Amino acid sequence: MTATRNEIRFLLNGLKIVLRDLRPGQTLLDYLRLNRRLTGTKEGCAEGDCGACTVLVGRLSGDAVIYEGVDACIRFLASLDGCHVVTIEHLKRPDGSLHPVQQALVHHHGSQCGFCTPGIVMSLYALWMRNPRPSDKDIEKALQGNLCRCTGYEPIMRAARAISSYGEPASDPLALERAAIIAELKRIKDGTRVEIGTGQDRLAIPASVDDLADILEAEPDTTIVSGSTDVGLWVTKFMREIAPAVFIGGLDELRTVSQEDGVITIGAGVSYSDAFSYLSDRIPALGQLIERIGGDQVRNMGTIGGNIANGSPIGDTPPPLIALGATLTLRKGQSRRTIPLEDFFIAYGRQDRQPGEFVEAVHVPLPAPETRFAVWKISKRRDEDITAVLGAFAVTLDADGTVASARIAYGGMAATPKRALAVEAALHGRPWTIETIEQALPAYEQDFTPISDMRASAEYRMMTAKNLLRRLYLETSGASGPVTLQRYEAVA
Amino acid sequence: MNKPAASDFSSTKITGGVATDLRHDSAHKHVTGEAVYIDDMPEPAGTLHAYLGLSAIAHGTIRAIDLSQVEAAPGVVAVLAARDIPGENDISSTGHHDEPIFAETEVQFFGQPIFAVVAETREAARRACRLAKIEYEERPAIIDIAGADPQNPRLVTKPLKLERGDVEKALGAAPRRINGQMRVGGQDHFYLEGQIALAVPGEDLDVTVHSSTQHPSEVQHMVAHALGVPSHAVTVEVRRMGGGFGGKETQANLFAAVAAVAAKRTGRPVKLRPDRDDDMIATGKRHDFLIDYDVGFDDQGNILAVDLRYAARCGFSADLSGPVTDRALFHCDNAYFYPAVRALSAPLYTNTVSNTAFRGFGGPQGMVGAERVIEEIAFAVRKDPLEIRKKNFYGETERNVTPYHQTVEDNIIHRLVSGLEESADYAARRGAIAEFNAGSAIVKRGIALTPVKFGISFTATHFNQAGALVHVYTDGSVHLNHGGTEMGQGLYVKVAQVVAEEFQIDIDRVKITATTTGKVPNTSATAASSGSDLNGMAAQNAARQIKDRLIDFAIGRYDVPREQVVFLPNRVRVGNQEIPFPDLIRQAYEARIQLSAAGFYKTPKIHWDREKGRGHPFYYFAYGAACTEVSVDTLTGEYMVERVDILHETGRSLNPAIDLGQIEGGFIQGVGWLTTEELVWDEKGMLRTHAPSTYKIPLASDRPKIFNVKLADWAENAEPTIHRSKAVGEPPFMLAISALHALSDAVASVADHRICPRLDAPATPERVLMAVERLKAEAGR
Repeated sequence: MTATRNEIRFLLNGLKIVLRDLRPGQTLLDYLRLNRRLTGTKEGCAEGDCGACTVLVGRLSGDAVIYEGVDACIRFLASLDGCHVVTIEHLKRPDGSLHPVQQALVHHHGSQCGFCTPGIVMSLYALWMRNPRPSDKDIEKALQGNLCRCTGYEPIMRAARAISSYGEPASDPLALERAAIIAELKRIKDGTRVEIGTGQDRLAIPASVDDLADILEAEPDTTIVSGSTDVGLWVTKFMREIAPAVFIGGLDELRTVSQEDGVITIGAGVSYSDAFSYLSDRIPALGQLIERIGGDQVRNMGTIGGNIANGSPIGDTPPPLIALGATLTLRKGQSRRTIPLEDFFIAYGRQDRQPGEFVEAVHVPLPAPETRFAVWKISKRRDEDITAVLGAFAVTLDADGTVASARIAYGGMAATPKRALAVEAALHGRPWTIETIEQALPAYEQDFTPISDMRASAEYRMMTAKNLLRRLYLETSGASGPVTLQRYEAVA
Repeated sequence: MNKPAASDFSSTKITGGVATDLRHDSAHKHVTGEAVYIDDMPEPAGTLHAYLGLSAIAHGTIRAIDLSQVEAAPGVVAVLAARDIPGENDISSTGHHDEPIFAETEVQFFGQPIFAVVAETREAARRACRLAKIEYEERPAIIDIAGADPQNPRLVTKPLKLERGDVEKALGAAPRRINGQMRVGGQDHFYLEGQIALAVPGEDLDVTVHSSTQHPSEVQHMVAHALGVPSHAVTVEVRRMGGGFGGKETQANLFAAVAAVAAKRTGRPVKLRPDRDDDMIATGKRHDFLIDYDVGFDDQGNILAVDLRYAARCGFSADLSGPVTDRALFHCDNAYFYPAVRALSAPLYTNTVSNTAFRGFGGPQGMVGAERVIEEIAFAVRKDPLEIRKKNFYGETERNVTPYHQTVEDNIIHRLVSGLEESADYAARRGAIAEFNAGSAIVKRGIALTPVKFGISFTATHFNQAGALVHVYTDGSVHLNHGGTEMGQGLYVKVAQVVAEEFQIDIDRVKITATTTGKVPNTSATAASSGSDLNGMAAQNAARQIKDRLIDFAIGRYDVPREQVVFLPNRVRVGNQEIPFPDLIRQAYEARIQLSAAGFYKTPKIHWDREKGRGHPFYYFAYGAACTEVSVDTLTGEYMVERVDILHETGRSLNPAIDLGQIEGGFIQGVGWLTTEELVWDEKGMLRTHAPSTYKIPLASDRPKIFNVKLADWAENAEPTIHRSKAVGEPPFMLAISALHALSDAVASVADHRICPRLDAPATPERVLMAVERLKAEAGR
């Protein structure tokens, strides 16, 4: 048994906070607004969509601290142990002058009603620190998780382009004080298990993955909280009790990505943002998909492991991972098993996860150079929307142009992420021609019976699912003119 | 906040007068998070929190209601239902008495408030709400417009008919005739700050309510009615809203009334803030419409007669549906002259939340119908829709009478549209697009240029009045108050600019203060784009009264003729000497001159006879035009806005930077309405799109790739409005209709522009794809 402590510790702006009394479902936003009366951070939706509650959370990564924008509304207080929380109140200089981000927004008329503005400031602050001279694409990506209803974003874009003319990140207090902050965070993160509360309100922060395994084995009913981009909503929207809960976001061992023998292993705690950094060069289509999952705040919090473990039929990462032939490692105590990812999804709301078991890693084979791998997400709004239909394709042709293998998986078409086995069969061994494609289309009716809901009708889902196969063909065979819409010029 | 700089008594120009690009007065506070919204105010000691219990059926009777578990829940202090309203259980804003605060026996929409819990914390109140046991007897519900009885539909308010000329005859005689139907969706306001009220009980009957409202006077009246007290007992205050867009014109009443009743009942301050889902479920939205059109025209595309019916989903009560559907008819012409016209409204009762004001107030839906008619004609005569538009524009001296018999006297649409056509390079781009489409099998481009003519004034004539209160303190600093509310649109700074200009003092000598019913009474809603027109004039009037007294004083004190008293920047020239403004004020004070004034304004010229459908409801019109180019993926219906060019006029702008923000923001909000913002109710009448995860307003990455916005700098208001400026809040919203028509144009290309796509709104990727498929199928036949 490891040593335990009964408090969480983190930095909030310039203060060190020690909390002994907190509930697992207590959100950072409520803590800021109600307990600390830091009311610059706003609640707009309480579901991680509007970004009015954006704050920065600095976390240790090796010897560095990484500041990322997160949605305080769905970020649990308990997940902040060993972190540095920076809110809008920390930006103004002691002499009352404005921060470069704030100056730029003021000068470019970037606020109207002002309610979204603190969140926009924080998102642009995070962007400017990592990329002081962003392209419009970079800015738009940084703002995918921030809704503004007044300005139409144009003046915010003008401001964002100009921030560095008001100051450089090197002279920002968070840069100047970096060493001291790192030292303090290292002192806080002492490698002990944290246990707080008794009975109904219990929570734990494991010291290590082994410790997590122990906790879950001892109490299989424990709610596992990683990025809380889903569990957060259980609390804010449905007022569900999540105790006892274990918070695994701080486990560095789960945040590793590695590659061996053409297989990338992604730890269950790797955030979308970190996965993007690793994957965007190696599997570009997957990188492009990740850029359209949530906003930056959600990508900084949410994990691929969580996206798999929660078993949603409209999770964005399972279909492409299934198409790539990914496998999943589940762990219980000291025993592990590895299964094909598609076998994990049994039925709606049911996954192949035993009590006390947890998702440890997903293993993704790199597509072979000759394999055409594509993934396309269809949603009402291009960015930060939940999928209506998502199709993923890994198709390899023989030298003679016949289909040697085809793995095709969809989201939004069934009660789970699901392979299009009949379609695959209809393609296999046939020449890669438009005739083969057209002949394969009826097989979709065997594979899928989609539903109608507020995102799309069954008819539209079926039509676009089929058309994505047509798109794949057109992309590989050459059509007249572009086959997809491009918002940004391709970067050479 | 930074300390204001000392006044410069020798400058040639004040800082922040009219026609300057002053930033929003709260910009510093917005970016630092120091701007205080109601939920940010320090709560008075003992503040309780209320939460609403909502119905779970769309229509039926409450058979039994058991709130005992709610009452027994931890932290609960009180539970309120209809029987606990001491005054009238009604918040109908238009006197229809059809909108209870809490449902009594009949439930009329899914999400209707039935009770409220008051508890020590918001979480306790919210949790307790879930413990209510309500038994309903469900009855059939009309959820959609299509569900209304086609012969004898139930209406929430009296319909309107506009008629000019003999439509039957003109339609019958027209060489060509088309009829059709169009569906246009509603829209949630999605103000970032949700509804909220904080009520603080006072002595006697008094209560002060901090309400996020565009209409403090109405909140005052509703709270007074609910409490059964005179209006003088109720003070309503609002410094700023985190967005309104019409969604806080009447919809704040419910929250204020419940908070006030709970505060008086418990004797403690009570705050009521619903979460986003409840806010979206329980408050009204933009009306969706079903528009039937029948148009007669000639082979050249000249409109000869139009017969229109606008049916709107109003929800379970009238709210503002009467004036909204009226305004739809007032804009059924957009910028076009109809030689013969008949337009009817049908404000339909449905078992859905009561729809309400939203930027444009029915005008956008009216115009969307007009533009569909134009499009139909263009396809029928195989001409560019822009050509048909221009052919049918109102004339400047003839062909200039509207369907409501008002003559259009200030028409500048010809100049605006030809200016935009040139600056947007419309003709060349149309050619380039045709070429692109010919060589592109999947991605298709489309372009459209559409005009906007929008009538300015409340159509209820008596709302066109405003008051202001101006104090000059003995140090020469000025306190400004007026009846308008600040929701982000920059009204406060514009009115302050007017006052600074009037006194010729720097803007930071003018203190902007929160709107409160205690300072300026009987105000109208800050709505109908009228904020600066009305309140700017009222504030100018107040300032002028004080100025006149100062002039009279100076004439007497210094024995100079009137024309020798001149207000220069931060000083007054009296005869040969220049006296710093504060010094003159001090002298005036010592001479016992009144340095405070209540200003007033009422819009001239307007009148309206609704029974006859005739009058002059609008003081003037605001004009604009937009050209939008899109690209569409015909495999999925996905699209992208490639380029937008806008030429809009705001008369002689009070603040071009603020106006530009209104144009850009209004346009994007309009694009959201017509593209990705889709309200979906299920068959049970439950709104399924009640949060940003399911209801998709535009993001930064939905902006046009190229966005050129210009103010028509040559424009000025023909009427003597405040410094000859024009209203800007609503008109730019309708520029977005160009985006719908650009999508339609791209869709039409799959059938060689031979078939009108009849693309309904919102044109989600799904609707676009379905239109593509239909056109392909029809073209292939």
